[in-house]
Amino acid sequence: MAMNKLWEVSNKYNDYKDYTREYTEVGRSIPRLDGPMKVTGKLQYTDDLTLPRMVYAKLLRSPHAHAIIKNIDFSRALELDGVLDVLTGKDFPIDYGIIAHSANEQVLARDKVRMWGEPVAAVCALTEEIAEKALELIDVEYELLPVIVDGRDAERMANEEGVLIHEDKPGNIAHQGKQQYGDVDAILAESDLVVEKEFYSSQYTHAFLEPQSALADYDVHKNKLHLYATCQVPHYTHQQLAKVLQMPMKDIRITVPLLGGGFGGKGVASTADFVTSKFSSRIGRPVKCTYERAEVFATHQGRHPCYMKFRIGFTKEGKITAVDFDNLMVGGAYMSWGVVVLFYTAAMSHIPYVAPAAKFAGRRVYTNTNTCGAHRGLGGSQPRFAMEIMMDMAAEQLGISPLQIRLLNAVESGHTCRNMMYIPHSEFKKTLQTAADNSDYENKRGKLPFGKGIGISGGYYISGTSYTLYLSYKPHTVATVKIEGENNVVLFCGATDIGQGADTVMAQMAAETLGVRSEDVKVVSRDTEISTFDLGTFASRVTYATGWAIRRACEAANQLLFPVAAAIMGCRGQEVGVKDYQFYSIYEKKRKNVDWHEVVEQYISSNGPLTTSGQFTPPRRKGIQQGGNIGHSPTMGFTTQVAEVEVDLYTGLVHVVKITEAGDLGQPINPMSVEGQVHGSIQMGLGNALLEEMRYADDGRLLNPSFHDYKVCGTMDMPEVEATIVESYDPSAPYGGKESGEGPIQPTPPAIFNAVYDAIGFRCTEQPLTQEKVLNYLKSIGKNL
Amino acid sequence: MKKQLITLNINGEDMDLRIAPTDLLVDVLRKEAGLTGTKKGCGQGDCGACTVIIDGKAVLSCLTLAIACQGKKITTVEGIADHKTGEMNPIQKAFLNHGAVQCGFCTPGMIMSSYNLLTRNPQPTRTEIRRALSGNLCRCTGYLLIFEAVEACAAEGGVL
Repeated sequence: MAMNKLWEVSNKYNDYKDYTREYTEVGRSIPRLDGPMKVTGKLQYTDDLTLPRMVYAKLLRSPHAHAIIKNIDFSRALELDGVLDVLTGKDFPIDYGIIAHSANEQVLARDKVRMWGEPVAAVCALTEEIAEKALELIDVEYELLPVIVDGRDAERMANEEGVLIHEDKPGNIAHQGKQQYGDVDAILAESDLVVEKEFYSSQYTHAFLEPQSALADYDVHKNKLHLYATCQVPHYTHQQLAKVLQMPMKDIRITVPLLGGGFGGKGVASTADFVTSKFSSRIGRPVKCTYERAEVFATHQGRHPCYMKFRIGFTKEGKITAVDFDNLMVGGAYMSWGVVVLFYTAAMSHIPYVAPAAKFAGRRVYTNTNTCGAHRGLGGSQPRFAMEIMMDMAAEQLGISPLQIRLLNAVESGHTCRNMMYIPHSEFKKTLQTAADNSDYENKRGKLPFGKGIGISGGYYISGTSYTLYLSYKPHTVATVKIEGENNVVLFCGATDIGQGADTVMAQMAAETLGVRSEDVKVVSRDTEISTFDLGTFASRVTYATGWAIRRACEAANQLLFPVAAAIMGCRGQEVGVKDYQFYSIYEKKRKNVDWHEVVEQYISSNGPLTTSGQFTPPRRKGIQQGGNIGHSPTMGFTTQVAEVEVDLYTGLVHVVKITEAGDLGQPINPMSVEGQVHGSIQMGLGNALLEEMRYADDGRLLNPSFHDYKVCGTMDMPEVEATIVESYDPSAPYGGKESGEGPIQPTPPAIFNAVYDAIGFRCTEQPLTQEKVLNYLKSIGKNL
Repeated sequence: MKKQLITLNINGEDMDLRIAPTDLLVDVLRKEAGLTGTKKGCGQGDCGACTVIIDGKAVLSCLTLAIACQGKKITTVEGIADHKTGEMNPIQKAFLNHGAVQCGFCTPGMIMSSYNLLTRNPQPTRTEIRRALSGNLCRCTGYLLIFEAVEACAAEGGVL
């Protein structure tokens, strides 16, 4: 005990790596630890799993976007040989949703369907083929209702024609909110320049390669459910399963095999999760349901399209005076993450710039289109697209460079925003300057021949969130480390690796503090029963939050090991450091090192097992009002991108030649992984800018639910990327690291749009920037060839 | 539909498999042969995750009838490692070491297309690599580190 206290004092000194940054494991570009399994095809994703006596489920989906279900007759399906069971909405009287307060999603539609592709019945059969055949034998009688496809019609059609998608939501308004910080109207009236513009950001989807899949294994003797699911928020799904199935949480276990991409789309429970669980409990056999690609598109839960009106005031020098933002957000059929996304767009409209006053009015409306939810860069990408174009417009009108106006307004470390949001650390200016220098932006801008252009944009994203939806005030994340001679280090944590490489980064952070090799740390995660609690993978929170929990767990272990090492070494506990499996004196290099295994054995022999835990919950702030708490984060990452484009004057095709990126993500834990996150973000952002949009027929049918008709960025589209990690270290972050997976998607679309303006003078404000739009513009100025 | 027994040569081994004439190769590989390394991303021939090599050609197994593969040599991602030791093929090592793998779901298909390219063209240019992989979608990596992996593998002696 005395030793512990002594060490607690000396702990201050042992954080010396925070200023010396003598990291040995953090900062290593190690290949991901699950990589060998992935490249050899051995790794099993959910749909690769098979259990004895397993059978299959398939969903019948609505061909109509808005219709009353008059009757469902599944008697013919039940008679088909090999069909085991059928479920309809009557079997699921309780709704679910990621936000418990506004949960309105039906597992299977009960009285009416509100979007094309909404599940109305489910069949369980011996094979997928039989299940598919049985779906055709289910007779559903629909009564068609008027359909709302365009979000701008939602309120009018409710008020004038009485078309309500949810009967309890007048005006088809899912949620609305206002924020006002300062007298924006008065400030704008006195500003030297006010730029006003309307924008449209399109509905685009995650398009992860692995379709949703669920495999439920219900033990009818113990009444316990084990669900394997493609889920990036297993603990939320745990709560929702318990609610919908009316089971105690203790009787439900969710295991998430590695995910084949998520990007937010697997941040909700899926119909497959509930349906397979219910079937399995009724027939006592394991049941699997894997979506077809068209079903993945129908599920969507991705980017909300937004109709945005912005007014931004500037001084004649180019300083922002006030930002006024009106947002009509199209939500689709159900709530999903809607409220959160709405307020995120407010919180994220002006950062990474200083806005002395800000006003927001937003509405999320219901439409008969596929439900929108969380998508990489949630709530940030839409206003970023608008504002970054407006920064260029303002610069042009003021006669200064787009780079200069951004540098002039860029947020710096220690900034408190007008909505009380606090930015502890920012190297945004450095990213602006680096990306501009590396691309020679200032020398190229406005000087390239007609058809070639260059554009710049800033961006940022949060690293976690202080206010979350989980219905309890427990710690947001927990990590437990078990150290023993036989197994070295086993790290239990709740981080859900969705493909971004969390498992590898978690091992690196544990290895750093414990002084072992990352490759030797076994990570046990993604299981609600055997790994620890964590809110899930969203809001770029994993590295930061789980990182702190891991660091604290490992420091607690060191607190037990350091005194033992010190005793062997004959020095004071406060002198001890550990790396490469050696305890050493941080002051005296001559002092003999002690082997890590020897100290562990010593400790366990005399004290017993060595297991320690750490936890993390982001600090909250006082004085936040008007919903401004949504979007509050312990820290933020920043990024700048410069896009260079060539516009084909014959075809209108925009060819992105190069993206020069500079990122402030603090200390990279694994630089190779960071590079992958940046490249992947740019790829997705490019699709958002030029290629991707979910399109609907007038009757609400999704017109392009396949990779054939919904084009994503392929190998021929991907530009050259020069990515630079700027020198940065966030002292508030564990090991100095911030987000790197959602910030870099923000600047790509506006940088490309700004580059196209530089190339041909086309100030397009609607995504995506298709060939058709470019050609029409070229024709209008008589420049198409 | 009635099942019948056929023999397919997969990764150098003759396997007797119970299939229906309508069964697609991807489903037979995954469900009957137990080779789940080949992934099904779209089932419509758009994403390339199910790419396998049949008689030296990269083929989409989700558009190929299994019954039509009798008498042909099928190679899947499980079949390119060293048969005796299990050691990874150089293209697999290159993907791993160059950060060309993220979620890993497109990886088997990407690797098979890359492997096939390098057997046909041991020193491909960047453009040739882009073309050869243009039927394979990846949503995580942005492709650039995949190109680097293929180039590195070619520079270090190729796949054989």
